Amino acid sequence: MKADETLDCFGLLCPMPIVKTAEKIKAMRVGQVLEVDATDVGIKSDMPAWCKATGQEYLGIEEKAAEYKVYVKKVRQ
Amino acid sequence: MEKFNIVVFSGDMDKVLAAFILATTAASMNMEVNMFFTFWGLNVLRKKKFTSGKNILQKLMNWLNKSGASRLPLSKFNMLGAGPAMMKIMMKQAKVPSIEEFLQLAKGLGIKMVACTTTFSFMGFTEKDFIDGLDSFAGAATFLQLVREGKISYFI
Repeated sequence: MKADETLDCFGLLCPMPIVKTAEKIKAMRVGQVLEVDATDVGIKSDMPAWCKATGQEYLGIEEKAAEYKVYVKKVRQ
Repeated sequence: MEKFNIVVFSGDMDKVLAAFILATTAASMNMEVNMFFTFWGLNVLRKKKFTSGKNILQKLMNWLNKSGASRLPLSKFNMLGAGPAMMKIMMKQAKVPSIEEFLQLAKGLGIKMVACTTTFSFMGFTEKDFIDGLDSFAGAATFLQLVREGKISYFI
């Protein structure tokens, strides 16, 4: 999947990937896609939950050898 | 905006860590977050000082009751401070922010920090005993009103 911005959260544990995602998304424009690279397995359920809470669009996850690429589209301010 | 409120009664490092994890996550989920520090929890917001207080009992208690976010004990395996020292190293290795770092992070996220006036008074604290950036000093009614308006409220 193609993303406009990438956020490196390798090695970070909960809640940091979510806190950093929220901060990053704030600085992006509506319509842009963010790729979050993480190793904390919690991201698999935390990112959809975060998207549900904030109204952003969860596009999906790519999983490879305990590394996760999660895609979020900013759909609202 | 939905409100997330949490009473931080405990001054134990592990419990305060849990409180900050929930609070910073709630703020990241676009919630308005209020942290109400009371009793031992106030130690998180106290400056590192030898002691404080107005009379001998308060001074003795505030010497025993170590101040400062960097000096919180663990609720288990404290072992005269060896436990927290080990835990701090383990947290650093795992890139988990320390309590002081969480405090800064929370401030940056606009989380409101409220200190309990009752504990403040009977422990003999003054405003100078506390770190800068505290939002307010208030009592139970203030917190309960936040709880009434709130979506989620916790006590730790």
